[in-house]
Amino acid sequence: MAKQSKTRTGKRASAKTPRRGHAVAMEHRLGPAELRRIAEKIFKLSEADETEVDVSAVTSALTRFANNTIHQNVAEQGLTISVRAVVDGRTARASTNKTDDESLRRVTAAALDLARVQPRNPELLPMLGQQKLTKVDRFVTQTAAATPADRARAVTSVCHMADKNKQTTAGIFSTGLAEIALANSRGLFEYYDDTRAEFSVTILEKDSSGWAKATSSRVNDIDPEALARRASEKSVASRAPREIPAARYTTILEPAAVLDLVGFLFYDFAATCVADQRSCFTGRMGRKLFGDNISIWDDVYHPLQLGPPFDGEGVPRKKVALVERGVPANLVYSRASATKTNAKPTGHGFSLPSEDGEAPFNLVFAGGNTSTEEMIRSTERGLLITRLWYIREVDPYQKILTGMTRDGTFLVENGRVTGAVRNFRFNQSIIEMLSNVEMLGPAVRASGEESFDMVVPAMKIRDFHFSEVTKF
Amino acid sequence: MRGLANSAIEKALARGATYADARVMDIRHRDVSTKNGQVGRAAEAESLGIGLRVIAHGAWGFASTDRLSRQGIEACAAEAVAIAKASAMAKRHDVVLAPEQSYIDTWQNPFIKDPFRIPIETQIAVLLRADAEMRKVKGVTLAEGSMSFRKIEQLFVSSIGSVIHQVKMQSGAGIVATSFAGEEIQKRSYPNSFGGQHMLRGYELIEELDLVGHAPRVAEECVALHSAAPCPEGQRTIILDSSQLGLQIHESIGHPIELDRVLGMEANFAGMSFLTLDKLNSLRYGSDIVNVVADARLAHGPGLGTFGYDDEGVPAQCTPIISDGLFTGYLTNRETAAAIGQSRSNGTMRTESWNRLPIIRMTNISILPGDRKFDDLIASTDDGIYMETNRSWSIDDRRYHFQFSTEIGWEIKNGKRGRMIKTPSYSGITTEFWNSCDAICSRDYWTLWGTPNCGKGQPMQTMGTGHGASPARFRNVKVGIALSK
Repeated sequence: MAKQSKTRTGKRASAKTPRRGHAVAMEHRLGPAELRRIAEKIFKLSEADETEVDVSAVTSALTRFANNTIHQNVAEQGLTISVRAVVDGRTARASTNKTDDESLRRVTAAALDLARVQPRNPELLPMLGQQKLTKVDRFVTQTAAATPADRARAVTSVCHMADKNKQTTAGIFSTGLAEIALANSRGLFEYYDDTRAEFSVTILEKDSSGWAKATSSRVNDIDPEALARRASEKSVASRAPREIPAARYTTILEPAAVLDLVGFLFYDFAATCVADQRSCFTGRMGRKLFGDNISIWDDVYHPLQLGPPFDGEGVPRKKVALVERGVPANLVYSRASATKTNAKPTGHGFSLPSEDGEAPFNLVFAGGNTSTEEMIRSTERGLLITRLWYIREVDPYQKILTGMTRDGTFLVENGRVTGAVRNFRFNQSIIEMLSNVEMLGPAVRASGEESFDMVVPAMKIRDFHFSEVTKF
Repeated sequence: MRGLANSAIEKALARGATYADARVMDIRHRDVSTKNGQVGRAAEAESLGIGLRVIAHGAWGFASTDRLSRQGIEACAAEAVAIAKASAMAKRHDVVLAPEQSYIDTWQNPFIKDPFRIPIETQIAVLLRADAEMRKVKGVTLAEGSMSFRKIEQLFVSSIGSVIHQVKMQSGAGIVATSFAGEEIQKRSYPNSFGGQHMLRGYELIEELDLVGHAPRVAEECVALHSAAPCPEGQRTIILDSSQLGLQIHESIGHPIELDRVLGMEANFAGMSFLTLDKLNSLRYGSDIVNVVADARLAHGPGLGTFGYDDEGVPAQCTPIISDGLFTGYLTNRETAAAIGQSRSNGTMRTESWNRLPIIRMTNISILPGDRKFDDLIASTDDGIYMETNRSWSIDDRRYHFQFSTEIGWEIKNGKRGRMIKTPSYSGITTEFWNSCDAICSRDYWTLWGTPNCGKGQPMQTMGTGHGASPARFRNVKVGIALSK
């Protein structure tokens, strides 16, 4: 097995598993030195008072299957160079993916030209110098070295399982790596890379379906066959769904369903959102809003989280206690929103210029110790929900969301699952929901389709509001 | 561009591909926004790259790169073929494509004013003037405006001999007033919510929208919503404005007619469709007055679904989707058309960018105008609600059950528009809803709306789609359930 060249792949390239080939993400890894070289080229070209360069590189591949066969199989590789210029208290941004000298000259000049015609922004802060970061290591060579054949083998195995069970399967298996470097003309240079693997599978029968999904920086942590078995069992269990009336039910939400609902809260925790009076926490900070059993942090350093330990301006991210025992306690701040409110930046700011300010992207909920099976055993009559779909906000202040159940909706009676029911539409306030949580499972890394991944528990919720039933 | 694309095709064929097509795309963006008197975003971006799709060993592979050197193209071709060969490990049969001719052509949408030649400070000034007008109204707590422009130049080359050069210029803008009072956040947008109106046009579209002129009304309605009546619960006659009807078409007609969805290819993410193959030419989708087309031709209008050729080299077409209420057509590509025995794709393969595989997407999915005047529609309604401008939208993964709410509504009593209604909502089952349509306004009220943010596919692709609609009336629709207790 050949070793990777040091100049292309850096220190980690000498690890055990890399394989050669154009279809391997590892082959495209640039490393911090190359990203720094691009940034320094821009600094030499720039005539701005201050210059910031954000270089990001992505290499990823995704194998997509449906009807028990691979029907789409794609790979991408790209680099984006984004330049922010500051001149006389004005700032603007220009980006390109062209790396020739002329294009770099043009994008650098474009950022400056755009900045010059902006109105002066008296709140614009000088760029930061070098920061001290807490190291995170989320680059896993095995993930970066995965090949199309590796993914195809796993998918083929799942397709064979579906064939054997007389079921139909659809899903994806993706692997890839991402690198970002943030540098500015005051000497700041920060670099982060990670790898990501994702397997999502739906198993269908004539009148039923089941679903499972996992993401990780470690491809070896993902077990496609186990996930497919889980989806298959759910599909079997959800055969012949019966219609029961829409009403308020005690509801057990699996972690993916919890994630997709509570994910709608994320921007409400932004100081800018509260200042703009469009957050559900406007006027409610420090007041009891949820149940005692709800505590939420933003914590990029959590072992189940991914993401860079710095924000869009290079501020090191802090762990922030957002909700403490049901009380909204703290917000996240960019440098600008912190300055306006006499707070300290928390390292959650977006790249500038941005009207949105900041947001937490590494939400972690406090878990409990009740298993989903125990939640079912303790339920006289209720619903067990696998997954939610097409969630949208109906009322931003009461935080009422609507959406549908999907791929495994079950009736629980007298402590056991007694069968499948037709999918429901819900219209539910998240504030009310988080006040009605009766039991919590252990917090796990969950992945859905409506929100970014988070660490959340399964929840047993009293009086969840289902408003209508669909046809299947 | 052409040399790069040809080279990619040649390299793929040399490595064993039996079919290949390449898209070189050069995309330029400008995004400007303002918030409460300040510039929010002022950014330009460009992206150039190539996407190569191949069939090898009877299966698909796709690779893309922005490394446009000889080595970069060669590596991309090698990767696409290697991926196709890996796909073949799980194939059930060889890919079959419906036949298509080769074309050598160029196409560009007409526009009058290049938005990238309009100084960005001029664009910011318009937004700031609209912003100031909105904030003059007491009670407005947030005023926002945005403009976005895209220029997409693309070259499609295929191994059957097509060479198609297209340039699309897209413009869009909108304003929003938000008001927080008591325990309520109200919002009003113009000309549409979620980014405004977007079309394949130049800056003349922005000038015609007159954002500044509409700003005071938008702000006043926003504040007035706090004291408006709540939406009643029950069965009502509703009249939808053309923008809300456009989104209703998008969700409950445009998505379910995607043949890849029907055939299960989107089952894991976007979902499937109730429109199983047995329903073609047999399902009564809507009432007799409902006629819907998928029309990508410029003759339909400069919508976000307008083009000369789709992204697998098939010319723009007009396909009848619902004809006098009968379901008559799917959106197809070369592969799915062949799969259901149709002789030709109707040309709906579209890609977000050079780094994404083309997939079946809506073009301009439009309801054809009826014969009613809007005032007559109101005058002939005894008891109903007129709903304007989408606020939330949701539909199940087979596209049966939907729920929408709008920013504002107006009670209709005895043929007259009455008091304002806040957060009106309605819900229903797709075919029951379209069969309850009993009146559609005429061409005079018909607008080709742009939906710039349609998501589909894995990895997710965002696409602009067009939806022509004029206000229409629906009977016996469930209203008010979104905020019911």
